[in-house]
Amino acid sequence: MSVREKPSGRTLGVLAFPVGMLVVFFLIPFGIMVATSFYHRVPGAFYTPAFEFANWQRLFQPVFLERALFSIGICLLAGFVCIVVAFPFTYFLTRMRGRPHVILLVVVLSALSLSEVIVAFSWYILLGRASGISNILVWLGIMNESAAYQPSFAAVLLGLCYIAFPYCILTLYPQLTRLDPEITEAAQTLGASPWRTFWTVVVPIARPILVAGFLLVFVFTLGSYLIADFLGRPEHWTLSVFIANQASANANVPFAATMAIFLTLLSLIVVALVGLIESRTRRLI
Amino acid sequence: MSRRSEDVRGGLRLEGLVKRFDDVTAVAGVDLELPPGKLISFLGPSGCGKTTMLRMIAGLEHPTEGQIFLDDDDITDRPAYRRDIGMVFQSLALFPHLNVAGNIGYGLRIRGAEKDRIASRVEELLELVSLEGLGDRRIQQLSGGQRQRVATARALALEPRLFLLDEPLSALDANLREQLQVELRLLQQQLGISTIIVTHDQREAMTMSDLVVVMNAGRIEQVGPPLEVYRRPGSPFVAGFIGRTNLLVGEGAGDGSIAVAGHPFDVAGGADASGEVTVSVRPEAAQLVADSMPERNALPGTVVFVRDLGELFECFVDCGVGEHVIVAGSPRDWVPVQQGAEVAVLFPTEACVVVTS
Amino acid sequence: MRVLRAVVVTLVVVFLLAPLVVIAVGSVNQNRYLNFPPEGFSLSWYAQLFTDSGWRTSIRYSVTIATLSAALAVLVATPLAYVLRAYRIRLAPLFYTLGILPFMLPPIISALGMQVFWLSTGHVGRIENVIIAHAIFFSTLPLVTISLAMETMDQALPEAAQTLGADQRTTFRTITLPLLIPSMVTGFAAALVLSLNEYIISFLVAGFTIETLPVKIVNGLRYGFTPTIAAVAVVFILIAATTFTLFAIFGNLMKFLGADPAILEKNKAT
Repeated sequence: MSVREKPSGRTLGVLAFPVGMLVVFFLIPFGIMVATSFYHRVPGAFYTPAFEFANWQRLFQPVFLERALFSIGICLLAGFVCIVVAFPFTYFLTRMRGRPHVILLVVVLSALSLSEVIVAFSWYILLGRASGISNILVWLGIMNESAAYQPSFAAVLLGLCYIAFPYCILTLYPQLTRLDPEITEAAQTLGASPWRTFWTVVVPIARPILVAGFLLVFVFTLGSYLIADFLGRPEHWTLSVFIANQASANANVPFAATMAIFLTLLSLIVVALVGLIESRTRRLI
Repeated sequence: MSRRSEDVRGGLRLEGLVKRFDDVTAVAGVDLELPPGKLISFLGPSGCGKTTMLRMIAGLEHPTEGQIFLDDDDITDRPAYRRDIGMVFQSLALFPHLNVAGNIGYGLRIRGAEKDRIASRVEELLELVSLEGLGDRRIQQLSGGQRQRVATARALALEPRLFLLDEPLSALDANLREQLQVELRLLQQQLGISTIIVTHDQREAMTMSDLVVVMNAGRIEQVGPPLEVYRRPGSPFVAGFIGRTNLLVGEGAGDGSIAVAGHPFDVAGGADASGEVTVSVRPEAAQLVADSMPERNALPGTVVFVRDLGELFECFVDCGVGEHVIVAGSPRDWVPVQQGAEVAVLFPTEACVVVTS
Repeated sequence: MRVLRAVVVTLVVVFLLAPLVVIAVGSVNQNRYLNFPPEGFSLSWYAQLFTDSGWRTSIRYSVTIATLSAALAVLVATPLAYVLRAYRIRLAPLFYTLGILPFMLPPIISALGMQVFWLSTGHVGRIENVIIAHAIFFSTLPLVTISLAMETMDQALPEAAQTLGADQRTTFRTITLPLLIPSMVTGFAAALVLSLNEYIISFLVAGFTIETLPVKIVNGLRYGFTPTIAAVAVVFILIAATTFTLFAIFGNLMKFLGADPAILEKNKAT
């Protein structure tokens, strides 16, 4: 198979099943969604087929553009925070020896196995007035009375960072393990302190993968629904929450479809960027 | 760019150096004093502690016990980035995100030197290692030999007191290796810089060094100029590790001679002890005798194998003393014998070196 | 630097473990409400998982959906990954992109898409809807793992089989497929775990008729916390942690996550 041949008709037939499944159950639904965005919403009932731009016009009103910008903003911020913390952490992790290294990996993977709903509700409790972090601080005498830190912007940000964090670490991990320790040692023999070594050698080498990790967190958190729903007020809701809301509670599926397509275009642009950067990463390490 | 002779620095002294990792002792107590301005090899098999020693000298490992002095300055607790050293790593460790000039100029750059000074120094160094004009190449575009030279230039950029190399040529193919051995040696002589090279290749050590430090299992077996270590190995280990040798075990006869398998032998320097004595004889010193059996310093045997390589021959003889005795020599010394022939092997006295166990 | 390392690592570990601690504590709390410090110890909530019919049904739904959708995902991904890597197909990148697209996009898009799709076919609220939706959405995972395995497979092996007389089909059946099984299993496991935890697709597609575990948990939380929810979470965590620990002990966890063993060796010294 080292010189790949052209497929026979039979082989192409094998391809028909997966491609068919994807077309029928992904492309067609997406197509229906595109069509739905032009449909006419009937208040009280569902919607009727039509071709109108009402939904799209509504999307570009300040209210929803604001929502979109907020979504983008908080997800970019989450990406930034995740990278700033995950990078040094993963760097230290990759320099560790056997057992502590593996134990940390298990901790990270266990956090990853938590479903979003569990994460959302744990932080709901941890940041709540009744039995969360502030209660511990009161108990320790640091605070006078407990306070609720959710719902709030910070809570949503924290929740988003939490679910994205393990993925971020696991994305940085392969490349950072490949950073030859002798390179940082070489820098030291040339007179660079550990601090200077980090900034003049490690960071420049890791930059492409850091950017990729940042964008990964961005795309991932854009898709989050439960975190924003649990830990934030409506003003903190992301696009995903709005879409889900419109689709279920408000029964305005056409508008939900419109927003969904907007979100799709946004994500595709970002994913394309990630792909571009990935191909540049391969050259350096 | 050569050093002024009054300037020779880089005298290293190691006292009681020990390095333990968990339950492994890599260096088990080393005392060593090395003269400045020389090229010194740390030679030994894998795991003998030579790389650990080098890393301790570089400041990349901290000794468990002991002290390190550079020109009488105690540098034991000083971190690597405050020691006046330049190091070439086994993997070369070139910075992938910088080009050739960037790598070589790195040390100067982080010291805050001016751009002009850095640029001119980089030019100097490129010339020194025969890489003129390659300053703006990317590391990935270089050949193995070129990368080696960049690593060398980078290490020497700050004119360090000590130049350390950890198996610098092991990744190169044989021809290139030999060429670079000579180049490195000439460079070191030109600069007069104190240099330590770690290697497991004894021919490399023999080719390049002023002094060879032979190590085994965390200890120093012998220190000396290459030829001395070869001709007068201090122990069976050194004898076996450096070049090939015939090790003969005999009984001291009490009068300065020994008996090997019942045959009397006179050895270089005499053997005072009675009891077991091990003697090393290099194959090229041993001689084949086809038609007689000398009274002393000879063993009878049967020719097992003859290897004729044109420029030299090797003859393996079973003398009943364990491993086959090897007799080697140039075509001139060839005594025509065939496989299966009964011969005697003569071991001249001066070539019989007693190696204490 | 050493201090910095200790601080960063400790903070991150505390951060990552904080929710786990909350849940663990909550799941054994005697009374219904989560207070701190906790009062009493009780395993009754774990028992409820097995006795309460609502929870049992949810568990059954979730496990069924997860297993079947993960299997279907592998079934979809395998021929795609194999054919795209084994043959020269001009539109290969396009097909591959199609395969990873569902998972790359935010889940809400697949969820909404599936909702309108099933609505328009009139086939609503059924468990098959969720199974298919999950299968397509998660098919990216086995697609990626199997494609990677195909790429790193030693080409000499199928070639050797061919010199021994095996035709394409036999080679695939006896050589390639067995070699792909680890990556198929990994893809299956990943899809399985993610499906068990998945909320938004399950909800929009059939949330009112089929209450999977996550859906049930979210519904339940809207009315107030029950420790049983925490018990579910703890079970999940224990299963995951045990799996990874076993993997770490008997396999090579670091290599699995992409580490280069040769370079890792160099770290041992310090």
